[in-house]
Amino acid sequence: MSEKPKIGMYWCASCGGCEESVVDLAEGILDVVAAVDIVFWPVAMDFKRADIEAMPDGSIAATFINGAVRTSEQLEMVRLLRQKSAAVIAYGSCAQMGGIPGLANQKDREDILRYVYEESPTVENAAQIRPQRTHGVNGATATLPSFHGNVRTLDQVIPVEYYLPGCPPTPRLLAAAVQALLEGALPAAGSVLAPDTALCEECPRRDSKPEELHIDQFHRPHAVHIDAERCLLAQGVVCMGPATRGGCEAVCVQGNMPCTGCFGPTSRVKDQGAKMLSSLAANSAGEEDAAITGVLESIPDPLGTLYRYGLPASMLHRSLSDTNRSKEQST
Amino acid sequence: MKQNGDVRIGFYICHCGTNIAGVIDVDRVRDYAASLPGVAVARDYKYMCSDPGQDLLRQDIAEHGLNRIVVASCSPLLHEKTFRGAAEDGGLNPYFVQMVNIREHGSWVHEDGEYMTGKAMDMSRAAILRVQVHEALERKRVPINPAVLVVGGGIAGIHAALTMADAGKHVYLVEREATIGGHMAQFDKTFPTLDCAACILTPKMTAVKAHPNITLWTYSEIDKTEGFIGNYTVTVKRKPRYVREDLCVGCMECIEACVYKSAKIPDAFNMGLSKRKPVYIPFPQAVPPVPVLDPENCLHLKNGTCKDFCVEACGDRDAIDFTQEAEYIDIDVGTIVLATGFDTFDPARIPYYGYGKYPNVYTSLELERLVNASGPTGGDVRLPDGRIPERVAIVHCVGSRDEHYQRWCSRVCCMYSLKLAHLVKEKTGGEVYNFYIDMRAPGKSMEEFYNRVSTEGVHLVRGRVADIAPESLEPPSNGRIGRVVVQAEDTLIGRIRKIPVDMVILSVGMQPQEDAENIRRMFNISCSTGGFFLERHPKLAPVSTFTDGVFLAGTCQGPKDIPDTVAQAGAAASEALALIDRGYYELEPNTAYVLEEQCSGCKSCIQQCPYTAISFDAEKSKASINEALCKGCGTCVASCPSASIRQHLFEDEEIFREIHGLLAYA
Repeated sequence: MSEKPKIGMYWCASCGGCEESVVDLAEGILDVVAAVDIVFWPVAMDFKRADIEAMPDGSIAATFINGAVRTSEQLEMVRLLRQKSAAVIAYGSCAQMGGIPGLANQKDREDILRYVYEESPTVENAAQIRPQRTHGVNGATATLPSFHGNVRTLDQVIPVEYYLPGCPPTPRLLAAAVQALLEGALPAAGSVLAPDTALCEECPRRDSKPEELHIDQFHRPHAVHIDAERCLLAQGVVCMGPATRGGCEAVCVQGNMPCTGCFGPTSRVKDQGAKMLSSLAANSAGEEDAAITGVLESIPDPLGTLYRYGLPASMLHRSLSDTNRSKEQST
Repeated sequence: MKQNGDVRIGFYICHCGTNIAGVIDVDRVRDYAASLPGVAVARDYKYMCSDPGQDLLRQDIAEHGLNRIVVASCSPLLHEKTFRGAAEDGGLNPYFVQMVNIREHGSWVHEDGEYMTGKAMDMSRAAILRVQVHEALERKRVPINPAVLVVGGGIAGIHAALTMADAGKHVYLVEREATIGGHMAQFDKTFPTLDCAACILTPKMTAVKAHPNITLWTYSEIDKTEGFIGNYTVTVKRKPRYVREDLCVGCMECIEACVYKSAKIPDAFNMGLSKRKPVYIPFPQAVPPVPVLDPENCLHLKNGTCKDFCVEACGDRDAIDFTQEAEYIDIDVGTIVLATGFDTFDPARIPYYGYGKYPNVYTSLELERLVNASGPTGGDVRLPDGRIPERVAIVHCVGSRDEHYQRWCSRVCCMYSLKLAHLVKEKTGGEVYNFYIDMRAPGKSMEEFYNRVSTEGVHLVRGRVADIAPESLEPPSNGRIGRVVVQAEDTLIGRIRKIPVDMVILSVGMQPQEDAENIRRMFNISCSTGGFFLERHPKLAPVSTFTDGVFLAGTCQGPKDIPDTVAQAGAAASEALALIDRGYYELEPNTAYVLEEQCSGCKSCIQQCPYTAISFDAEKSKASINEALCKGCGTCVASCPSASIRQHLFEDEEIFREIHGLLAYA
């Protein structure tokens, strides 16, 4: 047992889907379990933080961490796991780029807390009570982790060796990564363990994409009848495929839904949303600025569409909230 | 970051006399640059572009083993070539040179020397960081096919074709109409010399026809253009004229014999003021002297019921061929001269001038035909009722200099209006009134011409015509055409004047040809706001376009008179000849390139290219860039959603380093 490589799994700000995806390996999970020794996996197995602290540094061969980093607890845990692991693998879009939780970077900390605990229509909190960091109960002190001002990607807080992209990563990519890990065949540190070509390459609808798009109106996917054979962009639905790394085998497109960009950009791109926007702007119908602007204004929820998974990792990182903006103006 | 080995940068800051040194503290910038990593030598010099300045580069490359050069001086547009050349002489790849524009972007636009010295340091730091990751690039050469295409057989096309044919090049001259000659063939006299247009034009027309190096295709249009500088393939559509050029001897007996006993069809050459038959020749001196059959009116072609007298008249020559069809011919040429000319403004667009409503309101081009000896009236200026007009108004600037129609001045109207005033006065002996806004007479002998005409008794009224209306609401009882009253404010006396006249001549301006936009797209060139074709630079490259190997001649580029048109045609010809005689064209290597393995084949880039340099390779399912067409604009690089297109000399790392250098605080 001691000869098998040790593997850890941990979650931060995430939905749990990445944990589920491990189960998506189906019977393949038995091979994995036979080949490795899982030493830490809070969602499935009972280990304590002290168990990890007791391990020698670097003794875990690889820890798969999913979720973005938003709280002091998450930060502490990933730092600890970093110290104990030979390799850290950012697992899934949230760990890699911030993911859906990263969209919270549109608001700042105060706006979020106020809305969640006071203003949300389903909340009754006349006393305006908010969670406290510490609270005395029966002579003991209970503590809560602190809530950071920003959602950060895993590699914004600790060094990361590899990235497995996806929301969640596909079983096939996970199996390939584990295989490579066991065989010592992982590529250079810093690599994303997926092809470095955009999704269109493997899209079954590629041949139906015209050379000239001239999109005159963008639609939300549910608002139009989508032809199951034709390129989605040609139908005015924002498909992030051209700006998104392939490797998922176009599962969403095969389900007649557009790519939403969860695999992130190719290694050559600094900002996925900006790249896609640049391409959409260039492929919109209209010659004059006003006409093009009209088309672009029909992009549903631009930030949520173009930066759905990558706001914290993008050059934008976050937007200034109203509170922050007024602070900036007053200084 | 890749550093391309041990980087040794030479930094040079130019005083440009006092242009730069008068504002910027060059010593401080020099010392600052010397302190930056990678800089082996830093110098300042009074004039870097001078021979001793360039020698500095060469010497330092040899003595200090420099492998990168940064020159802080003027715009790269001026001297990038100079310093790249000097580095190349010194044995360095020319693309290891980066310029910093501290003059146009610096001392010329800032007065605050302290601020500008700091800015020059920032800009220099950016260049020093950037040049470290420059890569050695090679210029590629494409051969130039010596054959030339000239589109349009007006005076511009004729002159350009003859010039190049005389230099021994093979020229294809393609003209849409049945004859070459263009607008100039319609003119009577030409200003300011009053020599006869036909007398000076027709010898050139016949010279074209006779020239062994010219292939003349009239009644033909450009159908398609492909390729790039030096290597264009153009498809020419030869419309059927139903008379075989190779068999016709130009006897015109078919016209005589035509079953139409009298001419019934408005004659376009005479602006509809006369009639022609279904088989016709535009004018007696047409080149080639081959008639055309008009399929809309020829009875044989229309319904096959003609007795074919024309075929009988042609006899053994057998030149009439009713079965002729459009023919498409591909030609390979290296360079192209566009001389597609202009159209005249349609004055019916200005309702209060009454053109098309009052039979005695003419355009200036119609008058050209009326005063011409071979025109519809044999040169007499007559009204439709046969009378010689006693009073004639000539209205300048019709459609021109008017924000409702054409903002531009058409340049020729003042002078041709004076010419028409002279001719009308000479031919009718009547009173002539010229209504002008400003009298524009620049150019050689033009002011003198104006002085001459103004002393001939022509009435010059300074005022824009506001209205042209019938003198009386009742038509004259004697079958005559009634007078019209021309109303204008005479701004020299400050009074409204209403002058009754027998005839009005509207001096219409020039506008682009109706289908100029098609031509523009076909040859992938740009146009100015008015729709005239855009030259590469208004002063320094007036006959070049942004598409290499395509040149402009004559009025397709903008309104101009005959001397300027001919001069420009000669310039276009000599630009083409310069390319042909060098034999090759050197491509700047700052082109975009596709990372083929990484390209996902999403086709997002293809329609972005303003130069049609990108195509989709269906076999590989990848984008492919034609280096010869790429101008290095970077549009596709920016828009490739997976960043699989990159550009030499503008690699991401180079740009980010430059930004980093600019923004880093010293």
